[in-house]
Amino acid sequence: MSAGEVWVFSENLDLALEMLSEGRRLADRLQTELSAITLGCNIKEQVEEIAKHNVDKVYLMDNPVFKSLQTEPYLSVFTELAARRSPEIILIGSTKRGRELAARLAARLKTGLVQDAFKFEIDERGMLTAARIVYGGNGVALITYQSKPQIATVPPRTFEKAKPFGKQADIISLDVKVDEPKTTVVEVRPAEVAKVRIEEARVVICGGRGVTKKEDFKMFEELASILGGHVGATRPLAEDRKWFSEWVGLSGKKVKPEIYIGCGVSGMIQHIAGIRDSKVIVTINKDPNAPIFEVADYIVVGDIYQIIPALIEALKGALKK
Amino acid sequence: MPRIIVCLKYAIDVSQIKVDSATRKLLIADAPRKISDFDKNALEEAVKIKVKHGGEVIALTATAENASTALREALAMGADKAIQIQDPNIQNADTMMVSNILAEAIRKIGSFDIILCGEASIDSYSGQVGPRLAEVLGIPAVTYVSKVTLEGNTLTVERSLEDCSEVIMVKTPVLLTVTKEINVPRVPTLMDIIKASKKEVLTWTLADIDVKGEKIATPSIKVVDVSAPKIERKRIKISGESPKEIAENLVKALIQEGVIGG
Repeated sequence: MSAGEVWVFSENLDLALEMLSEGRRLADRLQTELSAITLGCNIKEQVEEIAKHNVDKVYLMDNPVFKSLQTEPYLSVFTELAARRSPEIILIGSTKRGRELAARLAARLKTGLVQDAFKFEIDERGMLTAARIVYGGNGVALITYQSKPQIATVPPRTFEKAKPFGKQADIISLDVKVDEPKTTVVEVRPAEVAKVRIEEARVVICGGRGVTKKEDFKMFEELASILGGHVGATRPLAEDRKWFSEWVGLSGKKVKPEIYIGCGVSGMIQHIAGIRDSKVIVTINKDPNAPIFEVADYIVVGDIYQIIPALIEALKGALKK
Repeated sequence: MPRIIVCLKYAIDVSQIKVDSATRKLLIADAPRKISDFDKNALEEAVKIKVKHGGEVIALTATAENASTALREALAMGADKAIQIQDPNIQNADTMMVSNILAEAIRKIGSFDIILCGEASIDSYSGQVGPRLAEVLGIPAVTYVSKVTLEGNTLTVERSLEDCSEVIMVKTPVLLTVTKEINVPRVPTLMDIIKASKKEVLTWTLADIDVKGEKIATPSIKVVDVSAPKIERKRIKISGESPKEIAENLVKALIQEGVIGG
């Protein structure tokens, strides 16, 4: 076999399965094997799940040292395994933990890393090209690697999940010396308010500067409950008016719903970058020159205070039938 | 008393990038630069630690262009010393090279207790230099820090993650990357600016920190193209005589798209 393996790792099972589908495509292009790295504590079920998803090998280390999810133990195993196996490509799930792990691993292996890649190609030299958003959403950069392994992180919901397929992969238990963490976790608090994540929402209703009072979000909540969606806000409402602690946009939450409805959202470029992967973009704004109209599928020039209540009624009527 | 080094990126001000409409290429060279937003949070946190515990704050940047104006701002915000590694070769440096360059500069600076960086830069938003620098220097790192408390040589920090926040204890020397939630960076007063004008901005070349030309001649990655993203949308205007009619037409369109039931 000419090329080294393609590896996939995320502490998040869904994200790992998504990367397995793209990893399979890249491995097939390189005529090499696809392997999943599974490191964790009591992860038998996840490992068996992953092994069903059209992957050639699953490397496993089930060890209490991984329980606190600190970086050093992961880093030591990846470094040692990379030295043994010389992988071609390493895809790591782009969670905050994943981004740190990837950067430190790339430094240890003295190689290149592309964070938050959303598209990959293999060029005629057999090297990877990755695309990522740069300059606050103003640009898409195409980046090639000049060193191996070629490491990239992949954001959630970039690729379709791999489907269960064929035979169960071989599960290979790793015997590698693991470093202890250099940091001590003294407390873990669940994220404040048990919000379901807006990044995963099927419908996102987003309020912008055209909303005059925070109480007016009630109508968005009602609209969201009819459509089974989530309500979000733009950065000015969160940061300047301090109405919310988070916002939708490149620097906040990136959303990929089936329907995004922008209500009084002007469409600053950073916001657009955070909603661009939505399937259908609907926008309602009084200003006929709002930049968001350039990137929307359905445009309503009108007052949200008239349109939203009418839309709620129209949806109630249509969905009842 | 802690000696704190803050790494600043003299980043492209992304809000001022223009696009060549014919080629869709970004006119990056024309865009102004400034201290990257999150790096200001890092600097603010360093100054706060100094106010409480004493010590020294050193602002450090690696840049192809002269960043002395931005470093003056860092001095006005409360840094005691500012150093720029300025060299045209840094223009095409990737994060691996930049972290190597910063590491050499830090070795020349000498001892330190804490290195602070922003969680990522506003222009490339890659978040690599901080963690890579920790690896090159062989020190622990905590990323995405939203609160710092220092006691002796132990830091207690809060780290904001997607599904939880962690409280972590770590001993110095350590590198932290901070989020914008950690503080609100101060805006220097006229008095601060006048006082800062007496402080010095040091400029070192790569030769001064013993990074030779060939050491930074082989980036690990290469940007082959940067274009404005293509967003192709339908841009269908929904009209009607009344809000009611507009709303009904919109619902029809969404049912046709198959994104809502009906």
